[in-house]
Amino acid sequence: MNANLRRNWILQGIASVGDCGLFFVAVLGALPKSVRYWRETCRQVWFVGAMSLVIVMTCGLFVGMVLALQLYYTLSIFGGTAALGTVVALSLFRELGPVVTALLVAGRAGTAVTAEIGLMRATDQLDAMSMMAVDPLAYVASPRFLAGVIAMPLLACVFNAMGIFGGHLVGVTWLGLDNGTFWGNMTSTVSLQRDILDGLYKSIVFGGVVSLIAVFQGYTAPPTSEGVAYSTTRTVVFSSIVILAFDFVMTAFMT
Amino acid sequence: MNPRPSYAIGTGLFILLGFAALAYLATQTTSVANIRRGDSYTLKARFQNIGQLKARAPVKIAGVRIGDVQSIALEPQRMDALVTMSIDKQYNDIPDDSSAAIFTSGLLGDQYVGLEPGGSPTFLKNGDEMVLTQSAMSIENLIGKFLVNGGPKSSSSSAAPASSAPPPSGKP
Repeated sequence: MNANLRRNWILQGIASVGDCGLFFVAVLGALPKSVRYWRETCRQVWFVGAMSLVIVMTCGLFVGMVLALQLYYTLSIFGGTAALGTVVALSLFRELGPVVTALLVAGRAGTAVTAEIGLMRATDQLDAMSMMAVDPLAYVASPRFLAGVIAMPLLACVFNAMGIFGGHLVGVTWLGLDNGTFWGNMTSTVSLQRDILDGLYKSIVFGGVVSLIAVFQGYTAPPTSEGVAYSTTRTVVFSSIVILAFDFVMTAFMT
Repeated sequence: MNPRPSYAIGTGLFILLGFAALAYLATQTTSVANIRRGDSYTLKARFQNIGQLKARAPVKIAGVRIGDVQSIALEPQRMDALVTMSIDKQYNDIPDDSSAAIFTSGLLGDQYVGLEPGGSPTFLKNGDEMVLTQSAMSIENLIGKFLVNGGPKSSSSSAAPASSAPPPSGKP
């Protein structure tokens, strides 16, 4: 019984990965059709992006501040506090900006998208759309997917800018590092191509992954209140795992 | 024209803010803004050893940035490094007996090319090569010299040794 159950469980996991991949292809196929629902896409960018600004900016500020504080302590052991600006900027652009933004968006917007689509499914709204010859993939799934891809890199940029601001606040204003050293070392080391754009590519991929998982979980949620609740939880869990795994793989390829 | 939905303004503002943040990061935290591809002319210098000098490193006179390193290449015949620098056009009165040396900014900083102006009345022109150069300071060489000589002697107190002289004995 155990072996059978486990095999079932593993098979189900593999099958759901396959379902997600097929769903991804279907969403991509529905993208051209969803062009005429661009207002819906615009509304989703507002919901995923603009409404996440407050949490992203606050977290960016605090991440930058704590980064400066921790790195100042570490660098002072080696007498290298002049490199604080460089290290804060590189950690933010290359790693923390894309990853933390993606985790925040998965928690704030991904869950809402899953619950919304799950309830649409539970109340037969998706079937009603099909009856009216409105493709729910083009009207519901694709705009939300596209909105995630558009909003995530912009949010990551805002996060990075706030992080730099927070790092400057702690390093220069509080700990008394020289302003010119902070910026000068940063600008001479940070590269647009290698650091900022690499981080941006990462966050574009994370945007796609997070919104794909959120839409997929909502789309396949069992039409019960319990099913929607579980799907919402799974969105956060799967998103976080996939974000961190993709982060490792992409970093390994990029460096 | 139907009235614009209220979220359209929010979306627009968000996208503008995102791109503004990107522009801020690109210009303020990288050296992109420092590269002025305006009018410039090139100078060349040969070094025995460039240390950690990289392309796009600054070129300075008296600590003021006047240009940057364009390319670094090994010259096969003489087996030394040919550093091509692009200098802002407005600094076109550098005497032709000026010397070039590779310095490090701070203990952990990047390396840059420092020019020390000479006193000649003729100036360097586009494509000219600087004759007087000094290689990057290598701490290993310094330690080696110190151990061999048993202490600092007033050996290299002159400001700019000629490039043709090989670096002192510690070279591997």
